[in-house]
Amino acid sequence: MAEAIATREAYGKALAEFGAKYDKLVVLDADLANATKTEVFKKAFPDRHFDCGIAEGNMMCVAAGLATAGFIPFASTFAMFAAGRAFEQVRNSIGYPHLNVKIGATHAGITVGEDGATHQCNEDIALMRTIPGMTIINPSDAVEARAAVEAAINHYGPVYLRFGRAAVPVINDAATYKFELGRGILMAPGSDVTIIATGIMVEIALRARELLAGEGISARVINIHTIKPLDEEMVLSAAAETGAIVTAEEATIIGGLGSAVSELLSEKRPTPVVRVGIEDVFGQSGPAKELLSVYGLTAENIAEKAKKALSMKKQ
Amino acid sequence: MEQAKIQELRRIATDIRIGIIEAVYNAGSGHPGGSLSIADVMTYLYFVEMNIDPSNPKKEDRDRFVMSKGHTSPALYSVLAHRGYFPVEYLKTFRKTGSYLQGHPDMKGTPGVDMTTGSLGQGFSVACGMALASKLKGDTFRVYTVIGDGESQEGQIWEAAMFAPHYKLDNLTLVLDYNGLQIDGRTVDVMNPTPHDEKFLAFGWNVINIDAHDFNQIESAFAAARECKGRPTAIIAKSHKGYGVSYMLDQASWHGKAPNKEQYEQALAELKAYRASI
Repeated sequence: MAEAIATREAYGKALAEFGAKYDKLVVLDADLANATKTEVFKKAFPDRHFDCGIAEGNMMCVAAGLATAGFIPFASTFAMFAAGRAFEQVRNSIGYPHLNVKIGATHAGITVGEDGATHQCNEDIALMRTIPGMTIINPSDAVEARAAVEAAINHYGPVYLRFGRAAVPVINDAATYKFELGRGILMAPGSDVTIIATGIMVEIALRARELLAGEGISARVINIHTIKPLDEEMVLSAAAETGAIVTAEEATIIGGLGSAVSELLSEKRPTPVVRVGIEDVFGQSGPAKELLSVYGLTAENIAEKAKKALSMKKQ
Repeated sequence: MEQAKIQELRRIATDIRIGIIEAVYNAGSGHPGGSLSIADVMTYLYFVEMNIDPSNPKKEDRDRFVMSKGHTSPALYSVLAHRGYFPVEYLKTFRKTGSYLQGHPDMKGTPGVDMTTGSLGQGFSVACGMALASKLKGDTFRVYTVIGDGESQEGQIWEAAMFAPHYKLDNLTLVLDYNGLQIDGRTVDVMNPTPHDEKFLAFGWNVINIDAHDFNQIESAFAAARECKGRPTAIIAKSHKGYGVSYMLDQASWHGKAPNKEQYEQALAELKAYRASI
């Protein structure tokens, strides 16, 4: 079993690491530094970490102000408050003026677990996708999360980074891993169907691929860490070469990766797409692992949906 | 302030008011009332107070201005035009397709506009971020922001009001345009935000009450703000909505509508007559 690390842990460490390399990097938090892990940066650079208190709207706009003067602010809070409560501040004061603000949103998705539905933000990808010029990155593990932070620093413009609370297996090799903004990663080859996954669902998709292999089905697995801009070329060639697609995300199936893939394919290469994600319901309290199972974010369900996509291809 | 200086500022402020009327009339929409109420403060900021260079709008150590009440963009645009950031004639393109003079300020395209605003409550927070940035750079510039008294009904105003004293942003000066009116009527009737001064005092600000149309008081207030160390300054500027145009004076109905041709001509005649009498 691979080592398990929460992507938020990797985020906090990456901020502290890159704080030394990039002197314009500053970090804002809203009374959650202990949970978002920006406290790691705070310990290393106390003069460049600013707690804004429980006032997320103000924090996003303060970040915008810092960005106008050349700083690279990372504004952190839970995804629910970053993309939800502060949506309009992000839209009007960061997105519209296209300011160089990085939103480090942690505790995204259903794996928030025991805190329950109020804190399980399944809508953030959908919300952020609607903002012109917003880049959305959803790393699959700690290795990718670290690389995503540096890529965000080196990309001028607003970036929404999505991190999780729960520890997840490390699936990428730190020694060889290379992050390219906007480029998907072929995780495993396959010819019958393609599983396009993002975030923590990439590892689960790889397990689904094993289940399918057991039934003689060859599944390709693609990791889409950058949901916007989407790697259209990789998605289109997967559609052309395998003819059936399953998307997998730890987020609502409305407006997220599944929608982005469906929108692209319906216009450029109509292909059967089946979406795996939270199916238009609110979550509930429970351990992360159990909730993943309750809401169908499992290797078994992905494999099931892959077979459904395959049957649609044959019709 | 010397009388000659006051007269000069009054003439400039009247030109700025004429520009506001020209912009809103030619657009056929916009917000004249709150633009006219803040015109004197805007004049003082851009012609006396701020360290700016219209030939180099992005100068790194320039003082920053954020029009948090972004709907009064005509006041900002008119003062920028008269200060030389772009031709005064361009004010007539306000709100027209293709113009950089958007209904609410857009920093991407407009020379001299330091921040995109329009959604109330947000500009003040951005100004806090700018003031913090200046502190990180060794206090290289000052930051000014104008909010409306109606705008102070937004919860975010009080998030920012808490933030600025917490980080000792004494390089930040806020002006609250206290004209007492908003779209739906008198602010005290719609949702009473008063007392403004006591609220800011309670949040830890240096608070100064002034008459928004008296250049001596405006000058003293900004001078006192510069002197004040360790906390930001809030200038509560008691103003009259529509100031300078008789039929707009203290009328909530002139918050967000354009004059017709007859009203436009009357407004210009009044302002020009006043200018000539200075």
